[in-house]
Amino acid sequence: MMEAAQQEKIVSVINEKFEGEIIQSGVIKDFFTLIVKKDKVIDLIHHLYRHPDTKFQFLTTLCGIHYPDQNQIAVMYQLHNLVSNQRIRLKIFLSADNPSVKTLTPVFAAANWMERETYDFFGVNFEGHPNLKRILNVDEMLIFPLRKEYPLEDQSREDKNDLMFGR
Amino acid sequence: MMQNEPIAQVIEGEKQYSYLNLGPTHPATHGIFQNVLKMDGEVIVESTPTIGYIHRAFEKLAERRPYNQITPITDRLNYCSAPINNIGWHMAVEKLLGVEIPKRVQYLRVIIMELARITDHLICNAVIGVDTGALTGFVYMFQQRELVYEIYEEICGARLTSNIGRIGGFERDFSPKAWEKINRFLNEFPVVLKEFEGLLNRNRIFMDRTIGAGGITAEKALNYSFTGPNLRAAGVDYDVRVANPYSSYEDFDFIIPIGKNGDVYDRFMVRQEEMWQSLSIIKQAIAKLPEGPFHGKVPEFYLPPKEEVYNDMEALIYHFKIVMGETDIPKGEVYHCVEGGNGELGFYLISDGGRTPFRLHFRRPCFIFYQAYPEMIKGSMLSDAILTMSSMNVIAGELDA
Amino acid sequence: METLANTISVGEKPEGYEGAGFFATRLDKVVGLARKNSIWPLPFATSCCGIEFMATMGAHYDLARFGSERLSFSPRQADLLMVMGTIAKKMGPVLKQVYEQMAEPRWVLSVGACASSGGIFDTYSVLQGIDRIIPVDVYVPGCPPRPEQIIDGVMKIQHLVETESLRRRDSAEYKALLNKYGIE
Repeated sequence: MMEAAQQEKIVSVINEKFEGEIIQSGVIKDFFTLIVKKDKVIDLIHHLYRHPDTKFQFLTTLCGIHYPDQNQIAVMYQLHNLVSNQRIRLKIFLSADNPSVKTLTPVFAAANWMERETYDFFGVNFEGHPNLKRILNVDEMLIFPLRKEYPLEDQSREDKNDLMFGR
Repeated sequence: MMQNEPIAQVIEGEKQYSYLNLGPTHPATHGIFQNVLKMDGEVIVESTPTIGYIHRAFEKLAERRPYNQITPITDRLNYCSAPINNIGWHMAVEKLLGVEIPKRVQYLRVIIMELARITDHLICNAVIGVDTGALTGFVYMFQQRELVYEIYEEICGARLTSNIGRIGGFERDFSPKAWEKINRFLNEFPVVLKEFEGLLNRNRIFMDRTIGAGGITAEKALNYSFTGPNLRAAGVDYDVRVANPYSSYEDFDFIIPIGKNGDVYDRFMVRQEEMWQSLSIIKQAIAKLPEGPFHGKVPEFYLPPKEEVYNDMEALIYHFKIVMGETDIPKGEVYHCVEGGNGELGFYLISDGGRTPFRLHFRRPCFIFYQAYPEMIKGSMLSDAILTMSSMNVIAGELDA
Repeated sequence: METLANTISVGEKPEGYEGAGFFATRLDKVVGLARKNSIWPLPFATSCCGIEFMATMGAHYDLARFGSERLSFSPRQADLLMVMGTIAKKMGPVLKQVYEQMAEPRWVLSVGACASSGGIFDTYSVLQGIDRIIPVDVYVPGCPPRPEQIIDGVMKIQHLVETESLRRRDSAEYKALLNKYGIE
């Protein structure tokens, strides 16, 4: 749980250099979350990485979220300052038609596979990624399976069409 | 490179390199990992890992399942320490629901989680032993693993993929037989662990083989988002149990062992010491175990007793809702992490108010730290690469989701 | 007193005609007896069931009692392919290749729900049962099966091995089965 003063500090650190980039900020269930504009998000994370007051130097995780109603794909970054034990979450929203954002790999080496996974699942194009190709699925796959419009089930099965408990 | 060409020779300039296809099914890799190694003699010049050979679509599957039915999926993440995953998931849902969990449940969970940590580390260290040529330790340790399995069986009926507990607590209290088995384990295990340490810890051959192999610096490890024993072996004392205590871990007294070089030997020793610490935590939890109910007040997730189902309308409704997965969950977004066998195991859960999660993302420690593997084995011998992999404890289920 | 020596039992003698210094029986019975007790399994362990297989190989359950402790990691020397764990679609071709590399006679044991039918993973990435790509002799249910179940599966395989006719692998029926899977 982060105190209000610390949250303000983080916001002011961002505003030093990236005035107007924050769309929304607030605490969601003990987690300080910022929704930011997508264009400068990598520079913003790098700024948070370097700045002596924040020093978010550990990338906990990164993932995509598909919102079919808004036709948007969100990318969530979760950063951690291990020394002061503060965590923040950054979110950006991209259009689902052609989602594209700069890569985080120059800042965190760990982002490499996380971004590949996000590409594999949602088709988010991370510009400048050293090796952006599918990681978990076969290369020949045509769909981005975690988008909501694609079915979960294996389509080749014919034995599971029970009326009551079927697919 | 084609899968049916295990070895290919390539001449670049004056040097002749050979390509070795290590995996996907290789006896030495304990799971399904493929690495195409470019080798100069026996020294690895470059390696290209391929993963996804058991990708099972956990995250998509979780979007179609009611919350209580996601527990069996979490079992299959890191199947060497399934209870930690189960309980971590339960705690994530409890955080979203905002329910209070009785102290007794928290302590019982600590006991289970620490038993699971022991089994996880035990498998990893036994396998390091096997890969250095010492099969004896493996046989000793697996005997002890069976004892832990028997404890699980007494509590939840399953051995490996335990599906232990429920959202809110446990389905029943530990039976006297379970306590008897836990005590038996606590008495027998230290003796065997000591013996195992006697076989390997100061063994000249083992030390020569492991010290300096597959090392990583703390800076690199942090940049690659290492967590768990692998990070601690590199010298960073980050442990979720201490940094963000959950399930009353703040009540217990334990130390975080750290290494220095982040090599195979340090990882082995860190895991070894963590097993001792886990034993001590279990003993403390048993000594301090409070009385009380064995589950929190979440009737939407706790199956009522059968007599009530037959006689009480409300119980019948809850029973039906649980069995059919009809429980609605409040809207929200939550991240909960626990210290899994391999590091920070996180559950990032978004609920849109329905019966199933809108999105569930697992922060899988194996997936994140395994990407440092090519860098860690660069310039080392082939046999060290095998050892590095087994000492990182990469679990295929967790790696590929 | 019970010593180790008198607890060991020898495989049952097949029926035949016995006299001083000779024993006449059918060749396939002798071959079956020998094969049955010296199966070399190839553990194709991918996930959770593989850990239970490790327990089966351990001291507690001890698969060595059935003459199968010699794991053959090379498919070319293996008699029994034990598929344990989920086989994803990405893994399918690898599994098929391993099967093709095995020499006849070969048997396949499918351990666990995932290998047998896809199990709980009815998803886009998982092969819905290995019998879609290779023929299977014995299925072991369970998620994961207990070591006892795995041993039971191995014993079922032993029974098949023992009673198999020597010419089965040359029969048109068997060839048709393999052709169905596209294996020559």
